[in-house]
This record gives sequence, C-alpha cells and structure tokens, in this order.
Amino acid sequence: MHIIISIFMILTVPFLFAGLINVVKSYWAGRMGPSLFQPFYDFIKLLKKSEAIGRRTTEIFSLGPVIYLSSVLTAVLFVPFGFNRSLFSFSGDFIFFAYIMAMGNFFMILSAMDTGSSFEGMGASREAVFSLFIEPALFIILASFIYLSGKTSISSMISALNFTNSYTIVASILAILAFFIMILSEGKRVPVDDPNTHLELTMIHEVMVLDHSGASLAFVNYATYLKMTIFNALISSVIFIESGIFYSIAGFLAVNVLSAFLVGTLESTLARFRMSHIPQFLLLLIGIAIFIISSVLMGRQRGI
Amino acid sequence: MESVKLRNQQKIEKRMIPDLNIGQFIDFAKKSIDSSLRCLLFFGVKEKDNVRVYLAMSDDSNSIIHLSSVLFEKGSNKYESLTNYHPSFNMFERELYEDFGILPENHPFLKCVRYPHERHDKSNIIHDYPFYDINSEEVHQVAVGPVHAGVIEPGHFRFLCAGEKILHLEIQLGYQHRGIERMMERGSIFRKMQTAESIAGDTVIGHGYAYVQLMESLLGFDATNETLLERAVALEMERIAVHVGDIGAIANDVAYMIGNAVSGANRTYVINTMLAICGSRFGRGFLNVCRNNFRIDSEKRELIRKNLRMVRENMELLCEEMFDSPSVLSRLENTGIVTVKQAQECGFTGMAARASGLKIDSRADHPFGAYKKYPVHTLTLDTGDVFARAYLRYIEIQQSMNYIDEILTLFKDETEKRENTKLNIPENVFALSIVEGWRGETVHAAVTDEEGNVRYKIKDPSFTNWFALALSVRGNGISDFPLCNKSFNLSYCGNDL
Repeated sequence: MHIIISIFMILTVPFLFAGLINVVKSYWAGRMGPSLFQPFYDFIKLLKKSEAIGRRTTEIFSLGPVIYLSSVLTAVLFVPFGFNRSLFSFSGDFIFFAYIMAMGNFFMILSAMDTGSSFEGMGASREAVFSLFIEPALFIILASFIYLSGKTSISSMISALNFTNSYTIVASILAILAFFIMILSEGKRVPVDDPNTHLELTMIHEVMVLDHSGASLAFVNYATYLKMTIFNALISSVIFIESGIFYSIAGFLAVNVLSAFLVGTLESTLARFRMSHIPQFLLLLIGIAIFIISSVLMGRQRGI
Repeated sequence: MESVKLRNQQKIEKRMIPDLNIGQFIDFAKKSIDSSLRCLLFFGVKEKDNVRVYLAMSDDSNSIIHLSSVLFEKGSNKYESLTNYHPSFNMFERELYEDFGILPENHPFLKCVRYPHERHDKSNIIHDYPFYDINSEEVHQVAVGPVHAGVIEPGHFRFLCAGEKILHLEIQLGYQHRGIERMMERGSIFRKMQTAESIAGDTVIGHGYAYVQLMESLLGFDATNETLLERAVALEMERIAVHVGDIGAIANDVAYMIGNAVSGANRTYVINTMLAICGSRFGRGFLNVCRNNFRIDSEKRELIRKNLRMVRENMELLCEEMFDSPSVLSRLENTGIVTVKQAQECGFTGMAARASGLKIDSRADHPFGAYKKYPVHTLTLDTGDVFARAYLRYIEIQQSMNYIDEILTLFKDETEKRENTKLNIPENVFALSIVEGWRGETVHAAVTDEEGNVRYKIKDPSFTNWFALALSVRGNGISDFPLCNKSFNLSYCGNDL
C-alpha cells in the first residue's frame, strides 16, 4: 500500500506543486493565469514532440537529462515522500542520497557544456558554483540529525527526532528554513534564478537546458519539479513523521500547498538578487546549518 | 564669418552658409567645442562628384545652432580626425567615412556603422569584420545575437569577459538598414509621412513630428496653435506610454513580477487612449504636414484626462513601492554607471544623458511647437546608473502628465480655416528640425539643390547613445547586461535607418 501511495505521489505532486506556484503568481499579478495542471499538460506535450539535436553535440548531450531524471528519481526513493516511511533505506543512505543528486547535476552540467555554446558554458559554471554552497549545508544538517537520533538512514533518523526538548525544536525549525531555501536554490527560483526570464545572459538553470527539446526537456522539467518537492517532503517529514499515516499524507500535501504559496509570493514581490549577491544568500544556508549543529551539540552537552 | 546662426525649425538659403576650407572648418569645430557647444549633426551631401560636409553645432543655452560647411573635392577627401579632439564626433565621422569615403586620419576606431547598400567601400562586408579582441587565456568572448531570445530587433553584441565581469562590449548594428534616408528623398510629401513614422517603430510621433516640422519650415507654413497643442499632447502621450512600458521591462529584467504586471496593464490604458484618438495605438496616422489628421475634441480630451488620471494613480502606487523595495534597489543602484563626463564627451543626448546629470532637453533648449509658449523644465538626476534611468522615467511620466493636464485646458475648439498652401519645396535651402522624442533629441535635416534633389538626414538619439550602453556595462557582471540594455532601450532601426 505504502509503495503505491508513494509512487502515486512522486508522479503527481511535483506537477501540481509547479502548477500551484504559477497559480499563486498569477493571482498576485491579477491575471487569469494558466491552469493548475498546465505543467502536466506541458510534460505530455513535450513527450510527444520530436527532439532537435545540435550537429556538434555528442551522446552526453542526450544522455544528460536521462541521467538527471533517473538520479533524482533514485534519490526520492530514500526520502519519506508523502508517507511516513521511505521506499528504500539502508544505513548511511544519506550520503547516497546527496551524491546521486549531485551526479544528476554533474551530468546536466556536462550536457550543457557539450553544446559548446558560450551561454550554456556560463550557465553550467554558475550552476556548479551555486550547488557547491548547498552540499556542506545539507551534510551538516543531516549530520546533526544523525547525532540526535543515532541512526544513519534518512527515514529512520528523521523518525527518531522527538520534540521533547527545546534544542531539538530549535534545530527542526532551522532545518525547515534551510530546506525551504534549498527549494529556491535547487529549484532555481527567484531570488536565485528567474524561471520565466528570456534573457540568456542572466539565466542559470534555464540557459543550461536551452538546447534541449522534446522528451529531454520534459525530463529536465519534471526532475526539477521533483527536486523541489523532495525538500518539501523533508520539511513535512520533520514535522509529521511521528503522526499516523493519514496525518503524514495530509501534512505532506499541506506543506506542499504552503510552500508553493510562499515560493509564488516571494517570486511576485521580490526582485532577483544580483548574480554576485547570490553566494551571500546561499552562504546563509551554511550559517543556518552551523546554528543547527550547535544547538544539537548544546542539547547533548546538557544531557538532554 | 565662420558659421551662420539658425534656430530650430528655421530654413536658410544655402548661399548664407559659409564655405570654409578644411583648415578653417576644423578650427571652427574645435573652437565650438571649446566654447562648450555640442555636435548636433555632421553629415555629407553629394554635389556632383564632390561632397559638401555640413557641421551643425548646438548652443543649448542660447537656443542657437551654428552651421558651417566645407567642400571635399574628389581626390582630396582626407582630414585630421576630430574624434581625438572630442569623442562626440566618433559616430558622425565613422558614418561619413562609410557613406562617402571621406577619411578622418588617425581616427581611433574607424569601423563601419551599418554596412548599408550604398556604402562607399563595397568590399567591406560584415562577414569578415575583425572584432576587438584581447589575447588571453582567461578572457573569453561571448557573442550575442543578431538573433536574440526575446522579441527584439537584431543586433550583434560581442563581450570580452573575465569570468562574469565584462571588460569590453562591442556593438555591431546595421541589420535593420532599410535605406530610409534615400526613401525620404523622393515622393510626395504626404506619402513620405508614413515612411517618417516608420523610422523607429517606438518613436512614431517623435520622428513623425520631426518630419512634419521640417516640411512645414521648408514650405514656410505656420501651423495653428491648436494643431501644435495636439502634437504636443501626442508627443507626451508617446513619452508616457513608452516610459511606463520601460519601467515594466526593467522590473521584468530583475524578476520583479508585480512591476511588470502593473506597468504592462497601464501602458495598455495609455496606448488605447491613443487608439481612441487616432485609430492607432502607436499614433500612426495622427500627424500630417500642415494639419493633423485627427482633432482632439472635448470628448477625447475628457477621455485623456480620465485615463491618465487612472494611470497616474496606479503608477504612483507601483513606483513608490518598487523604488522603495530593497531587493529592486540592490539590482538597480550602482549598476551600469555612465558618468556625466562620459556623457558630455561622447555626446549622449536625451533621457540617458539627463540621468547622468547632463542638462539636455530640446523641449527646453531648442523649443518648438507648443513648447515655445508653454515651456517645460529639464529634469535631471546625477547618479547615471540604471536606477537613475528608471527613476527619471517615473518623474518624466509625472511631468508629462502635468503638462498634458495643463495644455488640455488651452484648447478653444476653433474651426480651422483651411488655406490652400503651395506644396513647393524651395530650392537651395537648408532646414533643420529638432524634436524631443521620448528617447531624446530627434533631428531631421534637409538640403535641397536647384535641380530639386533633396538630401534628407535623420539622427535618432540611438545613433550616439549606443556607445553609452557599451560604456555602462564595463566592469559590471555580464548578467546585468540585459538590465543595462533595457534601461537605455535604444532603437536598432533608428540607428540603422
């Protein structure tokens, strides 16, 4: 049962999440806006289309999006996605989780550079730099969870969190904030990147997929939506994993709605940061992570 | 007598214009620059095998234009470049070289302007043009265009970047060349009206007005006060519409979505008002030589007032919010700075120059039409960054709205007496017309000879201001280029003609 629910969630929630962000954005802009299901329609449309592949590209170019999607799909199996348990888990899977995602990114970067276009090279270098800032933060946060729970798989370390002492609560709230910033950064949303821009010189993620079309583009889009919902899933599992099945599913959906609302509102009211200020924003993540681990360590020292 | 004085909208006999030799001519140019005059026009006219070059220097504080000329005979077409003396001659000298092969010796960067079909040296083609390059491992080139991602005109941009930082930008235009100046030289006066309106699609009224004014001064026709008021309303409406649209475009480039949404909606109100006046949202067909095709009667005046009041309320709400938002300001401030010294030396005009603190506004400097009786005050800001150019747009919108409000009360709805005017373009005259379009100083000039040939010269503010964009992006991140570009919003076809 829980396999079916999880797979169903993995297939549907990312599209609805992306659709909901657009609905929120059109609400703020006073527009009618696209349908909630538009990202899904686009996905189907792109799958039906044929691909245009540059003559100077190699296999890496077409391989990139496939590896990207499969790596994110693999990573999602280790996160409690809309359920209080992940589909797979083994001890130490958090390292696998982080690096399988990084591998997907790596192949997307390669595939962008494979086109030989100066824009895509620029986008790839930006992507590489900005994903650098996420990794240490993610590891510090997961390490503090391990320290709290004594478990080393994502699913079990989160379920071992108990909100009986203030240090854990502080750590959890900060972790939720960090995961939300990761949604913005990994999903390439405002203020880090602008998903709606047409300006090839300012784009990060969009410029990397400039040459991809058809099914490849569909894969990349789906994988990016899925990535954002992975962080939603982490947020909801930190809060709801202890409650029953019904609450964890409802909680997951509620977190998705709330986070779509926040992302959409941020995108409507905030300008994008200047490229040179983005690292400062992302360094905030590492700052938060350090706060998390210090509160966890303090809690330990006091013997709680 | 080195030069002859004339004013905006004035025609003079060609024999009144001094015929200097090259040495005197260069002296005149240098002396004018020294007495802080500004190069307005510098262009050639074919006289059989020879080329006569006219130089119009503008004295902004006295509203006077100093005009002089020199004849370059076939075979002796060389002179010492003026660009080294004052960089504002740069574009004009390059254009002169391209069109007539008159070589400015020691010109620092003598590249072609637009590679037109009638260029002097046909072997010079765009395919093997050597772009400025730096030999370095670290510095890389980024080539953008001529086909762009957005729905914009074609132009090629070549960046030299060290990482994300722009060291140098070279702009190569000319893809939009249509031979407009040639087209303006023959055909009926009324037929050419449509051509004049198409010089730059976003400055329909600006260029149309400059054409109408030039033709009227050639014909010696004085338009009625009412007609002039209507033209001023149209010109200011165009300014409001484009400025509102540009604020939205700047907001869009920094991903400030509400700014884009609100401005887009309000621009539509303004251009739809224009639609109600003359049947075209961009004001095509509104102007005509001698009298306008459409009247602004009391009903339309009420509509303009009503719509502009609404747009004003909305834009004030938006801009107070937008220019107060830290995230927007951090993108706009200190981005793409053009200093007042650069603006002055390179001869930038219009809004871009005013944002750097240069006091240039032809409505005040060389008043024309309704602006003679009802003057406007030149607005300037002094930081010269993207913020200044965006904020200047906002205060110019308010100024234009006040101005329209004011002059709308002056209409008397008089029935116009129609007189038969002879549509004869006089021989052997020089006439000049300056209009402050939304982008800046729009200059049209015509020179006629005894055989009825006309040489028509057009100067869009983009012609000089493109270099401002190249200067502004130096040292900025390449990701800020689209923002700088949008803050100038220059015309490709206005430059390419």
